[in-house]
Amino acid sequence: MLSIKNIKAEIDGKEILKGISLEIKEGEVHAIMGPNGSGKSTLAAVLAGRDYARITEGTITFNGGNLLDMSPEERSKEGIFLGFQYPIEIPGVSMVNFMKTAVNEHRKHKGLEPLSASDFLKMMREKKELVEIDSKLANRSVNEGFSGGEKKKNEIFQMAMLEPKLAILDETDSGLDIDALRIVANGVNKLKRPDNSSLIITHYQRLLDYIVPDIVHVLYDGRIVKTAGKELAFELEEKGYDWIKKEVEKNEPSWK
Amino acid sequence: MFIIKGKGLIIEATMAKEQDNIINEVTSGDYKYGFFSDIDTEKIQKGLNEDVVRLISSKKNEPQWLLEFRLKAYRHWLTMKMPAWAHLKIPEIKYQDIIYYAAPKQRAVLNSIDDIDPELKRTFDKLGIPLEEQKHLSGVAVDAVMDSVSVKTTFKETLAEMGIIFCSFSEAVQEYPDLVKRYMGSVVPYTDNFFATLNSAVFSDGSFCYIPKGVRCPMELSTYFRINSANTGQFERTLLVADEESYVSYLEGCTAPQRDENQLHAAIVEIIAEKNAEVKYSTVQNWYPGDKEGKGGIFNFVTKRGMCKGNNSKISWTQIETGSAITWKYPSCILRGDNSTGEFYSVAVTNNHQQADTGTKMIHIGKNTKSTIVSKGISAGMGQNSYRGLVKVLKNATGARNYSQCDSLLLGDKCGAHTFPYLEVDNSSAIIEHEATTSKIGEDQIFYCNQRGISTEDAIGLIVNGYAKEVINKLPMEFAVEAQKLLQISLEGSVG
Amino acid sequence: MEVKSEISTKYSDLYLENIGKITDISTPFLNSFREEAMQKFRSMGIPTRKNETYKYTNLDIFFNHDYRNYFIPVPSDFTKAEEFSCDIADLDTHGLVLLNGFYPTLNGKLKQLPSGVWIGSLNEAARKFPELVEKHYGKYANGDSDGLVHLNTAMASDGVFVYVPKGVVLSKPVQVVNLVHSDVDMFNQQRNLFILEPNSEISIIICDHTMTPQKFLTNAVTEVFVGENSHFDIIRVQNEHNNACKITHTFIHQEKNSNASSNNVTLHGGLIRNSTHHLLEGEGAECLSLGLYLADKFQHIDNYVNVIHNAPNCSSNQLFKGVLDDMATGAFNGRILVQPDAQGTVAYQKNNNILLTDDAKMDTKPQLEIYADDVKCSHGATVGQIDENSLFYLQSRGINKREAQLMLMFGFAHEVIQNIRIEPLRERLDNLVMQRLKGELTRCASCMVKCG
Repeated sequence: MLSIKNIKAEIDGKEILKGISLEIKEGEVHAIMGPNGSGKSTLAAVLAGRDYARITEGTITFNGGNLLDMSPEERSKEGIFLGFQYPIEIPGVSMVNFMKTAVNEHRKHKGLEPLSASDFLKMMREKKELVEIDSKLANRSVNEGFSGGEKKKNEIFQMAMLEPKLAILDETDSGLDIDALRIVANGVNKLKRPDNSSLIITHYQRLLDYIVPDIVHVLYDGRIVKTAGKELAFELEEKGYDWIKKEVEKNEPSWK
Repeated sequence: MFIIKGKGLIIEATMAKEQDNIINEVTSGDYKYGFFSDIDTEKIQKGLNEDVVRLISSKKNEPQWLLEFRLKAYRHWLTMKMPAWAHLKIPEIKYQDIIYYAAPKQRAVLNSIDDIDPELKRTFDKLGIPLEEQKHLSGVAVDAVMDSVSVKTTFKETLAEMGIIFCSFSEAVQEYPDLVKRYMGSVVPYTDNFFATLNSAVFSDGSFCYIPKGVRCPMELSTYFRINSANTGQFERTLLVADEESYVSYLEGCTAPQRDENQLHAAIVEIIAEKNAEVKYSTVQNWYPGDKEGKGGIFNFVTKRGMCKGNNSKISWTQIETGSAITWKYPSCILRGDNSTGEFYSVAVTNNHQQADTGTKMIHIGKNTKSTIVSKGISAGMGQNSYRGLVKVLKNATGARNYSQCDSLLLGDKCGAHTFPYLEVDNSSAIIEHEATTSKIGEDQIFYCNQRGISTEDAIGLIVNGYAKEVINKLPMEFAVEAQKLLQISLEGSVG
Repeated sequence: MEVKSEISTKYSDLYLENIGKITDISTPFLNSFREEAMQKFRSMGIPTRKNETYKYTNLDIFFNHDYRNYFIPVPSDFTKAEEFSCDIADLDTHGLVLLNGFYPTLNGKLKQLPSGVWIGSLNEAARKFPELVEKHYGKYANGDSDGLVHLNTAMASDGVFVYVPKGVVLSKPVQVVNLVHSDVDMFNQQRNLFILEPNSEISIIICDHTMTPQKFLTNAVTEVFVGENSHFDIIRVQNEHNNACKITHTFIHQEKNSNASSNNVTLHGGLIRNSTHHLLEGEGAECLSLGLYLADKFQHIDNYVNVIHNAPNCSSNQLFKGVLDDMATGAFNGRILVQPDAQGTVAYQKNNNILLTDDAKMDTKPQLEIYADDVKCSHGATVGQIDENSLFYLQSRGINKREAQLMLMFGFAHEVIQNIRIEPLRERLDNLVMQRLKGELTRCASCMVKCG
């Protein structure tokens, strides 16, 4: 589904991603873990098409298409969803109007008619229940005045509405209390289908208690330095990132 | 008193101790710099005309081009009117009653510290300004300006080894005429404004500083200004040039004796920062503010402007304005070089009958230029305090950024706090933000302090210093302590 | 100190030539103000950029032009006015139409609504209710810093009069449609007076339209007295062509515990200058001043807001937002003045602007002048672009860039609209704003005159 080959990217002339390769197949759940500043969020930004990161090398194909040639909205319509680490507040733009526009853009892309107002509202209601989001939130402006937990739930709600093929969740667990974490994780699990995939980006292992990954990658200093099964997450939780750092430095001292 | 301390590990401990001292000392609230020094002074006749301009120039043995510069300025000044747009009530100034030149009489050239008039030396000692050799260890180079004349510049030799020129303006005219000619008036032209034009005609002395390419000035450079004689105006001029890749931090302090009549101070400061150069200019302004009834005090009408001429250059103004009866000054930055940065950090206090109209101008001309403005106004007594600022983004200044924060704190119900920001944006890629708040000092905060056994006056001192901290922290350490103390002292008796 | 500018002399001469016509149709009371006002105008002249409140607006090109001037109504034109229907006219309102600043005879000059509210011609009201008009007329309009207020007092002969008796709450808004219709270039001046007795309530919507493509200059003064505990809203919707210059001065005097909102929604216009004054004279008065301006081409829109806190425990709030496209220019000058006795003041002011092109320009000047200490005041101003992060967020949900930009601009504008206190109007204004942003609105959709 997603094939990343030797991606290098820089921000303001500084290389952040130093050659990342990654394959995600249909139905797989991947987790990317790593210490702060390792390039996790940059990778998410690159996948979603945020232009502050400049790609200097490498290719990304998504379902056979060249992802790097696509605008952010095309990527979205092709089925890539990014759950933001810091969801953006947009005063004056109502959630309903925002989601209706997005859903109908997606439908148009698939050659479907726009949803009628009543069908759309019905869909909103169903999805809201799924992620246990407060009805009132949907009547407000996008993320405006939402608490940290509400914002994250709202991300999952949007994911439910847009039914992506690949969901990238960028530190969705940060700033959540245990209840909100559970709700968010349940939402993600309920939306899981055999033909869609997820890429969970996280610093901590705790989200992975709820969303069980098939494969765990460790990102450090712009490279994937370790890939293994879900047990790697536990190992990291136990030993911390210093362990990885030491191992990396031992193996490839030329990095420093 | 200005206390100049050495830098190093002891600073933090000193700060804590100072804090205690501040609280202890705040019991008598009068102006502490008000003594008058009995120094023999050479003055010229009061009044202003072309002959006076010529006389000043000839006394200083100036080259012809400088006399012509003065005369052009004088003739232009005759066509000008005093600006009336500021939020100030300025009593009529009789320009013909002012003495435009007053110099402490000295014996020939000063070769060593012993050549200075002992009375003069005592004056600076009283002010805590280190003119004596042993105090040179304190690591601050000082140019002391008494009335209109620079009396002593310390550390000259040490600095000269690095190619740094730091001397009085008059000396620079004689020794480095090319540099002076090249830069003087390039940032503040003689036609700039009423007071700057007057200064251009009659300026008597000031400081000159040149930091050569690639040199980081190893110590703080500093000028102390003191008005001593009666009925004199002080018109000094400072010119500071930071050549490519250089850095300098410059401090300025000022005091004046208590007199019943108002005295005019109309100075010019020009700064030029070439490519990759950085200049930090700090002022603690403590001219005599007049008495509690508003009698006397200095009219501080000053033009300060810096030009970020080269790419990646930076000019940072920090000012603590506690003195003067009336303050009219707008230290500004012209951001001409690409990626250049301008900063303005200000605390202005007006107590009793003091008035201040102060702020800055940030003119964005180059690409990706940045400016930051933090202004903290404090009004007490009958004081009127205005922030006036202009942020202008020219058409080709793509990527300009400005953030301004202007807060006002009110102590008492007879004072005023005013904010007049002007934002003029002619480029769609600019992001310009201005925020301001005005509020009364927090009664709950004072009560909280009271409950912990702190008197109201001390509590106000603490709160005000906390409020101004963001700006005070920008000062070099030697001045930060002084500034905190001044804030406290200038607000004494403001709460009944 | 007479201002010897040519333009000012021109208007002084115009006055001298026509004062006979003006006084003939007016009442002696209104006429008694004219001579003194003219003298003041002569000494102040047409405001120039030297006037701090006009720093960013140059009126010369409009005042230099030669107009045909109307000092008395031309009845034949009024049939045109009757044909006009405004986009928001199907809102349930008490409607009245003014043509070129005059109240058409066809509608009857002054009528009483069932609630006891009088609406109609100011000129007529001055005859019918002399004590009322004499008590309020000329009391609130202050021309100390603006000669145009005096020019209006000297020469305006009619406008809208609204009187709300004590305790009357008018549930339906009153809608005043100001039409400008002329075959020749025209200058007109209008004078309105709204009186709200204590405990009353009324909302007035004023729609400014041009019906013919000629060059127009309008200089309108509105005085409002909001009595104790009364509630007042004024909403001005401006939709005029690029060749029109509209200058409005609104003075709202507020008594104890009154609550007033002023709203200026500028969709279109050549040069527009709105100056709005809230005079908070009674303790506990509240005011809200909103402004939205959307400008493109060579339009220039200038809003001056002056909130004066003259009494304790009053609160005020200003929110002005603008989007400037093409070569359009905008100016905002907001002032909060807190007088020494106005303790307990709460005052806010905000001005946000989006520049869409490199040729658009915005000058903003939010000011605080505070002479009391127990106050909470803040202001903020920004000039910037559509936020990149928000744009990306929308795009990442599959919304194309153009649509996302539109949504964000709409959201930006909606923040003003959502604060307008007449609910049914909000939806209509949202639609008009959307159309305007999409470039579909150069005139109201149902207007039969192609004036855009």
